[in-house]
Amino acid sequence: MESPAGKKQIRKVIFASSVGTLIEWYDFYIFGSLAPIIALQFFPKTNPTAALLSTLATFAAGFIVRPFGALVFGRLGDKVGRKYTFLLTLVLMGGSTFAIGLIPGYEKIGFVAPLLVLLLRLIQGLALGGEYGGAATYVAEHSPDSKRGFYTSWIQTTATLGLLLSLGIILITRQSMAPNSVDSIRIFEDWGWRIPFWFSVVLVGMSIYIRLKMHESPVFSKLKAEGKTSINPIKESLMHRGNLKMVLLALFGATMGQGVVWYTGQFYAQTFLENVCKVDFSQTRTIMIWAIIFATPLFIFFGNLSDKVGRKWIIMSGLLLAVVLYRPIYHQMVNLTSTTESVVDTGLTKIERIITPVSGKGYGLQTTSTLQTFTNGIIEKKVHMDTLLNDGSEKPQVTDRVSKQLPTDRYWMMIGLIFIQILFVTMSYGPIAAFLVEIFPTKIRYTSMSLPYHLGNGVFGGLTPFIAVLLGTMYTGDLLVGLWYPIIVAGLCLVIGSIYLSNVVDKNIND
Amino acid sequence: MNSFKRFMGLVWMVVGVVVYIILLKTAIAQVSVKPMADTIIQWSIFVIIFLPITIGFLIFGWLAFNGAYDKLPISSEEIEG
Repeated sequence: MESPAGKKQIRKVIFASSVGTLIEWYDFYIFGSLAPIIALQFFPKTNPTAALLSTLATFAAGFIVRPFGALVFGRLGDKVGRKYTFLLTLVLMGGSTFAIGLIPGYEKIGFVAPLLVLLLRLIQGLALGGEYGGAATYVAEHSPDSKRGFYTSWIQTTATLGLLLSLGIILITRQSMAPNSVDSIRIFEDWGWRIPFWFSVVLVGMSIYIRLKMHESPVFSKLKAEGKTSINPIKESLMHRGNLKMVLLALFGATMGQGVVWYTGQFYAQTFLENVCKVDFSQTRTIMIWAIIFATPLFIFFGNLSDKVGRKWIIMSGLLLAVVLYRPIYHQMVNLTSTTESVVDTGLTKIERIITPVSGKGYGLQTTSTLQTFTNGIIEKKVHMDTLLNDGSEKPQVTDRVSKQLPTDRYWMMIGLIFIQILFVTMSYGPIAAFLVEIFPTKIRYTSMSLPYHLGNGVFGGLTPFIAVLLGTMYTGDLLVGLWYPIIVAGLCLVIGSIYLSNVVDKNIND
Repeated sequence: MNSFKRFMGLVWMVVGVVVYIILLKTAIAQVSVKPMADTIIQWSIFVIIFLPITIGFLIFGWLAFNGAYDKLPISSEEIEG
């Protein structure tokens, strides 16, 4: 039984660890959430797809360096201690996020701009690689054996809540830059997108203050006092056969599949809604926000359940459901946003033309918006932007955007479909921190658990939106072709995990 | 069950090699169709990043084939021993 003082202490530990980790995820995800705008700001404007891919590549760069962060900071955490290591990662993450918000655009400083963005993105990736393992280890080493799944599942909510916070801040900022929405969006796309990056400084400052008050993990302190810490954690993690086999099993039997399920449900779903289903910017974000709000408590539920029934089969069930149901779910998402079998209600069609003069230039900007309401309730907005010369002639360079607004019933059905995908995430991700902590010894735990976690989530998971979009451009005949990547990876992981993992929970992690 | 685990180790090794060859072939095909910086960078990232992971997968298969996963350790002493 836990004493009340013990309970109070563990709550403090969870709060301090979770807030910091949540902020790191927030910092990391605002970049991804603003990918299309960042593409326009920092990458040469050849065509929108190339710009988006370039940004996603930068995004991937942020993910690919995560395993290196896991090694660098994991080593530090196993030698110096958990507390100071994840304080350092927090400072690095906050500093680089703030700095991204300060970089002038490509038009002002040329190629230096994307290079600086890439450099700061790499620092963000390194910092994140060191943060999660520290926070999960720190909480697990404070937790009673019978509630480790429950307590560490609070850390598991932070990635999703960080995404939620980033979506919320972006949405609020985008809508509050000016009294009317057209001007507000224009200002946001011009410079307002920087505000969510600057906001990070406030959050990080608060988190550093909270974390400075925390003590070192008792398990690690004991190990250090006894002089039993590892001399070379990376070597011991990767060169020792007994440990290497567990690192590989954790990667291929658990985190690889969990990573693709996480990024499909919470990132690719958003990309798919916006780019394939053409749902408008705000509705896409609010759909994600509602689904996340409804699904987040399930991380705690499955973490808690794993203390009672074991970790393995909950994780495997999440993977199995994802493999079987992804295609039907995405097929339904396409159907819900389709207008092909619906007729335009001509009585509700509106056409609006705005000409905005550009000061000091011999041309203006003409925006033609056509709003069409379909009989199934979907409102489709086509925006045609053009440069209008003073003699009235139009330049050939034009941009067209299509976005759809879903009626209430379809909007909530869409939230339901995203919720189901996040349910798979909560099943596979909720118990994983406890699972990883339990399979590695204390003296190399930070390094050993961080590596498979960040390879699975960073490389396999982080590349999901990128590879799925790429598959979509290679095989244009199938809208759902991008799903084959997460389905195959999660399927392979499901088979490996089912065969080789054990469902026995290691109660004693103090060794 | 242990024989099955070992046999599947062989399967993982074959799968690792086949998937990496497919990745390599696709990368070469895509780059030759569109020999632009963007395409080269994208596919180079995939080829480079998945090489150590493929090697790791081969080692995993090899370990499984040799019975390393017949019985999983339940304490740190067993891992280190």
